[in-house]
Amino acid sequence: MSRYRIPGKGRIDHARPVRFTFDGRVIEGRQGDTVASALLASGIHLMGRSFKYHRPRGVVSAGSEEPNALIGTQRGGPDRFEPNTRATMQEVWDGLTTESQNKWPSLAFDLGAINDRLYMLFSAGFYYKTFMWPKAFWDKVYEPFIRRAAGLGRSPALPDPDHYASRNLHCDVLIVGAGPAGLAAALSAARAGAQVVLVDEHAEMGGTLLSEPQLRIDGAGAWDWLAATLAELSALPNVRLMSRTTAIGYYHENMVGLCQRLTDHLASPPADAPRERLWRVRAKQVVLAQGAIEKPLVFDGNDRPGVMLSGAAQTFLHRFGVKVGDRPVVVTVHDSAWHTAFDLAAAGMKVAAIVDLRNDVAPALVQQARTLGIEPLPGHTVTGTTGRLRVASVRVAAVSGSQVASGRRIACDALLMCGGWTPSLHLFSHTKGSLRWDAETGAFLPDRKTEACQIAGAGRGLWGVAAALDDGAKAGALAASAAGRVAGAGTFAVSGDRPGRGVVVRELPTDGNPGRAKAFVDYQNDVTAKDIRLAVREGMRSIEHVKRYTTNGMATDQGKLSNINGLMIASEALQKPAPEVGLTTFRPPYTPTSFGALAGYHKDDHFEVTRRTPIDAWADAQGAVFEPVALWRRARYFPRAGEDMHKAVARECRAVRSAVGMFDASTLGKIEVVGPDAATFLERMYTNPWAKLQPGRCRYGLLLGEDGFIRDDGVIGRLADDRFHVTTTTGGAARVLNMMEDYLQTEWPDLNVWLTSTTEQWAVVALQGPNARKLLEPLVEGLDLSDAAFPHMAVAECTVAGFLARLFRVSFTGELGFEINVPARHGRALWDLLWQAGQAHGVTAYGTEAMHVLRAEKGFIIVGQDTDGTVTPQDAGLTWAIGKAKPDFVGKRSLMRPDIVARGRKQLVGLLTDDPATVLEEGAQIVADPSKPLPMRMIGHVTSSYWSEALGRSIAMALIEDGHDLQGKTLHVPMEGRTIAARVSGVTFYDPEGQRLKV
Amino acid sequence: MLLIHCPYCEETLPEAEFAYAGEAHIARPADPMALSDEEWRDFLFIRSNPRGTHFERWRHLHGCGRFFNAVRDTVTDKFQMTYKAGLPRPDLSAMKEAAE
Repeated sequence: MSRYRIPGKGRIDHARPVRFTFDGRVIEGRQGDTVASALLASGIHLMGRSFKYHRPRGVVSAGSEEPNALIGTQRGGPDRFEPNTRATMQEVWDGLTTESQNKWPSLAFDLGAINDRLYMLFSAGFYYKTFMWPKAFWDKVYEPFIRRAAGLGRSPALPDPDHYASRNLHCDVLIVGAGPAGLAAALSAARAGAQVVLVDEHAEMGGTLLSEPQLRIDGAGAWDWLAATLAELSALPNVRLMSRTTAIGYYHENMVGLCQRLTDHLASPPADAPRERLWRVRAKQVVLAQGAIEKPLVFDGNDRPGVMLSGAAQTFLHRFGVKVGDRPVVVTVHDSAWHTAFDLAAAGMKVAAIVDLRNDVAPALVQQARTLGIEPLPGHTVTGTTGRLRVASVRVAAVSGSQVASGRRIACDALLMCGGWTPSLHLFSHTKGSLRWDAETGAFLPDRKTEACQIAGAGRGLWGVAAALDDGAKAGALAASAAGRVAGAGTFAVSGDRPGRGVVVRELPTDGNPGRAKAFVDYQNDVTAKDIRLAVREGMRSIEHVKRYTTNGMATDQGKLSNINGLMIASEALQKPAPEVGLTTFRPPYTPTSFGALAGYHKDDHFEVTRRTPIDAWADAQGAVFEPVALWRRARYFPRAGEDMHKAVARECRAVRSAVGMFDASTLGKIEVVGPDAATFLERMYTNPWAKLQPGRCRYGLLLGEDGFIRDDGVIGRLADDRFHVTTTTGGAARVLNMMEDYLQTEWPDLNVWLTSTTEQWAVVALQGPNARKLLEPLVEGLDLSDAAFPHMAVAECTVAGFLARLFRVSFTGELGFEINVPARHGRALWDLLWQAGQAHGVTAYGTEAMHVLRAEKGFIIVGQDTDGTVTPQDAGLTWAIGKAKPDFVGKRSLMRPDIVARGRKQLVGLLTDDPATVLEEGAQIVADPSKPLPMRMIGHVTSSYWSEALGRSIAMALIEDGHDLQGKTLHVPMEGRTIAARVSGVTFYDPEGQRLKV
Repeated sequence: MLLIHCPYCEETLPEAEFAYAGEAHIARPADPMALSDEEWRDFLFIRSNPRGTHFERWRHLHGCGRFFNAVRDTVTDKFQMTYKAGLPRPDLSAMKEAAE
């Protein structure tokens, strides 16, 4: 039995010991313990080192607001490691391994604590000041230091082996928090027949009731009432109870995100169980019953291990049967800590004193303290503490007016503080609900609501269990009524309630120099009161600036303990009342949430859709190397034994130029444009003329945005007067269809046109090369393939290898070429038949890399590679594609915009390196004169660059300022260690007359 | 996540089914070539960007595919109403009076 455990007390299972390790030491806890309660039961307060000063720190709270006791947990193998777990939330089980953080070499002796002596270097804004000079220190000293010091804990180094689930849920009433208010709300709503979801972040529901067993509700003890209430609720079919479930965010239209922790508390979780489940709940009504968080007090030395919130001590006592010390002292400005002291004394602890800043403490409390042998010290302050790894004494002093008398020391092994209570309004803040300052409670309370929600209990400043029960019951009834049920609110007879009252303080008064005090406001980010005053002195006026300058409230606890105290101190320094200074905004998630829970099923193979063509499996079997293009995976090249990419691509290019290549072009976007006004529609959408294009012919189409910049391109075939087969770029298909739909639906609804995406309906095989016709001709029925009957840019419907096909004579390589479209289900069969037939003609499969080289040799652009959304047809040298006679098309007016016709635009040109063997890097910047001083003016960049096997040299395309005027000029590409000279050329490098198409 | 009422489907559905499509009631000029540079600039680029009520276009992308118009408050993000494309800009003050 651990020394600080009270036999038989609390809600843990005393008959079930549980062994886990903390920094290698075996700790015995009990089933139902958290890591924090088990460590405290063994007398361990020191649980971590602080972030900046590496000061020894102990547990402060008993809940998810814990700023100090952050530990690394290992569940099973080394890959199940999580940093920054709150020791107050992690339940213990046999075999759990935990470790403290931010210490080296050990928790008790930490070299980093030197920072504590150098605290002058780390004051507010130190990020902006300390590391500024000397400049030479940056690489060698500052950056390594910051990198080592930054962050809490250590990141897991291995992939997360767990899996995570997610679900959607609709309900009438979602209740967040299962304390008295939440339970009463659930009873009202559930009894009215509403579909109710009640969630609580703790392992056990009950909230405050778990820490106040002296209460009697409706004649029963608090814990009996709680058990009966939970039994009633769980028996109802319309109620879902979820513990270990945190409402992490409150989003628009009453959507609340819940993170349910399913296995972290289990010694041997089922192998197939998800670790966590993310719920997206859409509730007709939300009841926020999150209660209140106790405020720490700000005084010198308020961060020593053993200094903790009084309510936490009460929870450790009643819920876990743990004494937080033998000889605690209480310091408070609120009645609730007096009751804690009485409970601790009743449990056998020697409470040395209750220090209360207030003079007017209720006489009954003072009297009860005396009766219990506790020294009451009203009108007193705490001015300091001692103790290296654990608080050893507290210095108390009488306060009269603004005078603080000289103090005396009281020995103690725990110091329990209570600065009053802050309503927990984090979720309410997520909805941008407004807050108002309430002088009576000294707290911000919810004001204007933006969502269909009720706030109940301590969350709106109502202290005490009786008030919470009544308010919760009303809120539950209101919510159920608003959700369409007939509901009433029950009433509760409560005895033993201890609501209490208190005052609001900033820092505790002291006789010492506040400029030297280490009075912490934000424990997790090591922000002190003097840091906040310094920030104000240095010119920060807005609370948002103070927050960022000091990092107060910016740690992983989002200032649950520190925001209000920080605001109070800032408002005093700014000489403005607190409501005028305002509160910073809380944002989701309420507590840190694992990436796993947010990713859910979207990981590994399910991370993103991979689109595969009907021919993909063939390419895979051939050993193709793939590349992602939009969501597609496309064969990049087909290496043979011993070939690298360069060799494979060179061979594929040679085959297309000398025999015939086969290419899977199925990913091309395809849109069927049909209707009596189809030609008119395309006239208006594309730059090119379509009205006079004869059925059976196709044409290159260029699509601009209304701003005149190139958006997409592709070949469009006219199959009939009223039917066009439009192709788009692989990545642009959805965008183009969206744009067409937009114009058709909203600008020209009078046009009689239908648009259909047919990308995945057609498999497309491109045959390119001098032998293409020889290969294809024997397989085609119903069509004369001769150049005279089926010339370049012809399209026809026919049969190919027995499959109905749309056959295009088009070329993206400069060679004789055909693109065969067949229904997708026949794509693979067509490919196999062509492959077989092609063997006699030297057929070679080529991938996207060879396709890129071949098209670049011809100077054909790829939208998105050679254009970047700021390139006009003039810039790209595509004025030939503009229908000059057309009165209008999308983007036409913009081609006359002053900026578009001005000089200095970047224009697409060819680049030939002086050394033909040098292949430029795509993206490389270009300068006119490399002898100019740095920084040099960049006049453009390389957009495409390849080794051209056909030309036996490198080729490149580039966007260069006024490039069309620079033909023949030599420009320079500065690279690491050298500068490459290149001459500006036209973009058509190969067969500029197009002779190879005329066969 | 917002809920959006599609005026064509007559259903209120999650935001994820929809795509934003810019400010509403900006018609493409009938004869762009007749416009001055300044007029064309205004059509292309100048938007109202109000704090508060905003008339805007949405598309029920993963549903019926129709473009429609909406009135949304840019402060609260919330939709006040949606209506079919081509209908005139609703008279909000009249609606407000009717509601009061």
